[in-house]
Amino acid sequence: MWTICKKELADHFSSTRFLILFCLILMVALVSTYMAAANIRRVLEGVSKPSNVFLLLFTTEGKFFSLVQFIAFFGPLLGIIMGFDAINRERQHRTLAKLVSQPIFRDAVINGKFLAGVITVSIALVSMMLLLTGMGLITVGVVPGWEEIGRLFVYLIVSIAYVSFWLGLAILFSILFRSLATSALAAVALWIFFSFFIGFASDLVADALSPVRNPRDPEEVVPNERLADAVSLVSPAVLYSKATSTILDPYRRSRGSVMIVGLFEKLSMERFQSPLPLDQSILVVWPYLTLLAALTLICFGLSYVIFMRQEIRSA
Amino acid sequence: MAAIIQTENLTRRYGQQVAVDGLTLQINEREIFGFLGPNGAGKTTTILMLLGLTEPTSGSARVLGYDPTRDPLEVKRQVGYLCENVGFYDDLTGRENLRFMAELNHLPEARVTEKVEEALRTVGLDGEGDKLVGAYSRGMRQRLGIAELLIKDPKLLILDEPTLGLDPDGTNKMLDLVHSLSRDRGITVMLSSHQLEQVQRICTRVGIMIKGKLVAVGTIEELAKRKLGEGGGMNLEEIYMRYFKEA
Ligand SMILES: Nc1ncnc2c1ncn2[C@@H]1O[C@H](COP(=O)(O)OP(=O)(O)OP(=O)(O)O)[C@@H](O)[C@H]1O
Ligand SMILES: [Mg+2]
Repeated sequence: MWTICKKELADHFSSTRFLILFCLILMVALVSTYMAAANIRRVLEGVSKPSNVFLLLFTTEGKFFSLVQFIAFFGPLLGIIMGFDAINRERQHRTLAKLVSQPIFRDAVINGKFLAGVITVSIALVSMMLLLTGMGLITVGVVPGWEEIGRLFVYLIVSIAYVSFWLGLAILFSILFRSLATSALAAVALWIFFSFFIGFASDLVADALSPVRNPRDPEEVVPNERLADAVSLVSPAVLYSKATSTILDPYRRSRGSVMIVGLFEKLSMERFQSPLPLDQSILVVWPYLTLLAALTLICFGLSYVIFMRQEIRSA
Repeated sequence: MAAIIQTENLTRRYGQQVAVDGLTLQINEREIFGFLGPNGAGKTTTILMLLGLTEPTSGSARVLGYDPTRDPLEVKRQVGYLCENVGFYDDLTGRENLRFMAELNHLPEARVTEKVEEALRTVGLDGEGDKLVGAYSRGMRQRLGIAELLIKDPKLLILDEPTLGLDPDGTNKMLDLVHSLSRDRGITVMLSSHQLEQVQRICTRVGIMIKGKLVAVGTIEELAKRKLGEGGGMNLEEIYMRYFKEA
């Protein structure tokens, strides 16, 4: 497994595809964080330094979007791009038959490739985070507290887990579909569905299962909303966004939908509430993380079952 | 003589179609066994079953004393299998490809370099080891394929159409190489091919498979006596065509 992992790592880091993607992400991240930093600095002028301001660097929208939104959007693509051709590329180049006729277990092939992907993603995300933190230190001039560093750390782990899910899914598709284009398209289609259409889908399911006849009747509306929320949890995108917003926004109590408040209100609100401590935040997101891990495991289980029994001909 | 490969009523069905039909075959130590048959006869399927790469529908096989279905790893450790149309990592050099294979075969780090160089020398690629495989010619790729098998010091080589697409000179060199491996290292060889003249040159025994059934097996002399009669000559091509028309 380590041999395969090592080779895949070398492949990732020397592939143009990965380098382009990484530069792109880094560039967007730098720009959006820089704009967020400028924003924060402007608002903070003349105000005594509130706590947890450092996290705002990542959650504040600059001109377009916040860094967190960007990663939530782009992370899956990173996973898909690294995994969609994991197995079928070997099949096309006729190296797969050779690989499985070596004295290694077949699951080592999948594991090695997955592990290499996770390591690559981790290196990419961690180095980006360090760079941005450094930049934030310089531009905003606020030193993050231990708690904030802890939160960023947890955020990184959740993000890596999220990208790993998509990587696992992409590898599954690369086993299922012989053609590179099909597996890439299938993965992207699922990503679009889970990220953008899950809201409609869960509403549809909820309306079908517990219809609302009178929109003013809370007895009907509340269970409908609850059901829609529960259904949307099958989407890893929803799981991820709920988990990260709780982690990075200590003032958030419930796991409910986002309140839209301006930056300044956010800062002043803090005078009336106290932030949720880190361990409590982790407790709140734990179920989400577990679900995310469970979904990844399902992808893996399916990959194993299909790949183990597959007959591999070179022609 | 010890049996290296032994199959008993080995059968493989794909839905309705029977790809390999009750194959009973024995291949002994140090033999070069030629596995012949028209396209779609079931040669590749048989080989896949011998390596535990696909499961037989019924029947059993033993390779080097192991059951390939139950013990595929042990079989793969000792058998070098060259699949038809081997592929390589084209963006790596020949040496790097070999290194990767050596590591997959759990060769100790210290022996990898030595083994890789030796394999390159044996197949006559030592001058070209640092070229990207993408730039190799067909003949070089095929020889690199053999080099990859030698890395694990195999007791048995199973070569699926090793001379496919080679020019006459390349074909001869490939066969000479296989012959010398068998002679000098005592490696047993099973090879499938469509080039009967060449097979006749190096094989000690042949088997002819048609539509999943093994219709003939024996030395070329034996088969010639059976089909062409005494003094009928020893042309494998003629023998093969007789069997083919009867089937
Ligand atoms: N996955 C499969 N599903 C259905 N039929 C298959 C499958 N794989 C092989 N076959 C059938 O099994 C038969 C034997 O195929 P095999 O590849 O073993 O032939 P072969 O002797 O190696 O032929 P060739 O000389 O062309 O390589 C063929 O008729 C083929 O159509
Ligand atoms: Mg074949």
